[in-house]
Amino acid sequence: MGVPRPAGEFDTSYARDMATIRQPWQWWLLFAFILALYGLPFYASQSTVSLVNRIAITIIAVQGLNLLTGYTGQISLGQAAFMTTGGYISALLVNQAGWPFLAALPLAALGAGVIGLIFGLPSLRVKGFYLAMATLAAQFIIPWFTRNAFPDVLNGAQGLNVQSPVLFGIVFNTPQKYLFLSLTVLVLSTVVAHNVSRSRLGRAFVALRDHDLAAELLGMNLFKYKLQAFFLAAVYAGLAGALAAHNIRHLNSETFNLNDSVVFLGMLVIGGLGSNLGPIFGAIVVELLIEFATLFGPFFITLFPSTAAGAVQALRPLFFGITLMLFLIFEPRGLAHRWQLLKAAWRLRPFSH
Amino acid sequence: MNSDDDHLSVKDVTLSFGGIMALNDVSFGARRGEILAIIGPNGAGKTSLLNCLNNFYHPDQGSIFFEGHDLTRLPPYRIAQLGIARTFQHTALYTGLSTLDNLMAARHIHMRAGMLDSLLYYGRARSEDIAHRQVVEEIIDFLEMEHIRKSIVGALPHGLRKRVDLGRALAMEPSLLLLDEPMTGMNLEEKEDMARFILDIHDRRGITILLIEHDMGLVMDIADRVVVLDFGTRIAEGPPDEIQRNEAVINAYLGKTDIR
Ligand SMILES: Nc1ncnc2c1ncn2[C@@H]1O[C@H](COP(=O)(O)OP(=O)(O)OP(=O)(O)O)[C@@H](O)[C@H]1O
Ligand SMILES: [Mg+2]
Repeated sequence: MGVPRPAGEFDTSYARDMATIRQPWQWWLLFAFILALYGLPFYASQSTVSLVNRIAITIIAVQGLNLLTGYTGQISLGQAAFMTTGGYISALLVNQAGWPFLAALPLAALGAGVIGLIFGLPSLRVKGFYLAMATLAAQFIIPWFTRNAFPDVLNGAQGLNVQSPVLFGIVFNTPQKYLFLSLTVLVLSTVVAHNVSRSRLGRAFVALRDHDLAAELLGMNLFKYKLQAFFLAAVYAGLAGALAAHNIRHLNSETFNLNDSVVFLGMLVIGGLGSNLGPIFGAIVVELLIEFATLFGPFFITLFPSTAAGAVQALRPLFFGITLMLFLIFEPRGLAHRWQLLKAAWRLRPFSH
Repeated sequence: MNSDDDHLSVKDVTLSFGGIMALNDVSFGARRGEILAIIGPNGAGKTSLLNCLNNFYHPDQGSIFFEGHDLTRLPPYRIAQLGIARTFQHTALYTGLSTLDNLMAARHIHMRAGMLDSLLYYGRARSEDIAHRQVVEEIIDFLEMEHIRKSIVGALPHGLRKRVDLGRALAMEPSLLLLDEPMTGMNLEEKEDMARFILDIHDRRGITILLIEHDMGLVMDIADRVVVLDFGTRIAEGPPDEIQRNEAVINAYLGKTDIR
């Protein structure tokens, strides 16, 4: 270890080495970017703001899935069902019990977390394909429950009308106002996901994913960490579900469905599994793609007039499917990996030719 | 043979897979602070024995005592927390993590940060990471792995991966270290490095080491005592020079290229 140095010096140098953002200008850039997002209502159209709201909420759901599937290696087809759980809890607390939104949201997240943990129990026994099937059960049971249980409270297949959140006397009833909420939760959820990935918990998650046997023989309680991963993923889903429900102001058993759960996994693959940038890249790309497909639809009809109108609707899954295929073939590690390569090349700039 | 002050004591352990007797009534003891080699032809049951120590394989009968704990009654992760670390014959690293993080992950058993601490990564989780980082850096220096500190281990060559595997076990600061063929697939130079590391670890930390190794010359050089397994049965136990002359051992290896 060479010349002994005082401990304080080690501490600061390790702390600096561990820091994610090292240059002041990077902090400023990030800060400016976030500020620009918060300022969107002042210079962007309503439809753009709505889209950003939707993307922000989607990212939160995918971040949760990333903790579970990307970091811990436990596949889940139930993320949308836990969004449903969070959405219903928050809607009921605000609508029926008259709770303030700020109290309902964390409870929705926790409630979804507990339900997620219960559906994560099969992971203690099975992996991979079988686990996917087990989590798929959540996607059937939870919507069934909301359709059929307590009809006087949950209102069956009709579902609920959900009130706009009220915070500090302000009613968040326009996309412009709502953006403040969804971005704030997104910033927090991103910081927390980042913290998980660099901490004791995150190392345990990845250890479990990369070699569960070694992880167990070297001192990690796999049961505990699997359940914590399922819990956290569902907490994120609960947050996203509640945010989405209060945004679109309506909720039924089909608002978040199996299709969403599958698309979330696709977003994760496209963005990059097990990277904190993955959910952000993936959700943005896929949402923009869907947006593009919608815009492209009418143009498609002028090109091929004989196409049935229904086929235009079908363009979205088609675009999504093709993109997913291309990524699986050419870059299975997703956009986040490309981004890392790009950054590395940039850093070596003077020497790279 | 067993004696009362053994650090690790294996008594009458039998393990079978269907019709195969992987271990047949095996008994031996490891004294505190010794390097005990376990040798035997392929399929003799050496790895199975380590797996029993981890209680990953559950013996059909017999007992295994370590510092007063019956290992056959504890879950594997608890056994690691008692101070038993191991490396793997076929390296079993956390391939997606860097060398540094593989070792940090091994510090797990010495850390206390819970889920909430990790979510906030402020206060305990952070200061704990910094403190343990120092221990890990010392091991990285000791094993001469500075140049691969930040490399993702999945992409490292075999010899270095074996070294990270050893580093990861060391980072647990065990009192009993189980090494399953730490030198297989290495060239001569790498083997010598590894042997030097093992001897250094033993000298500096005085920990008990159970070493499975096929290279007989190496075993004779560094082991204090040797246990020989053949078809799941312990056929000999003693100091290296005695083992080399042992009739049963020579017969077990007859016609095999393992012994040199
Ligand atoms: N999980 C298992 N299921 C079935 N049989 C097993 C299992 N593990 C080990 N065996 C059998 O037990 C016997 C001992 O295997 P083991 O791996 O312990 O041998 P070894 O001494 O480590 O050999 P090598 O030098 O090749 O590593 C072999 O016959 C092996 O096939
Ligand atoms: Mg073996």
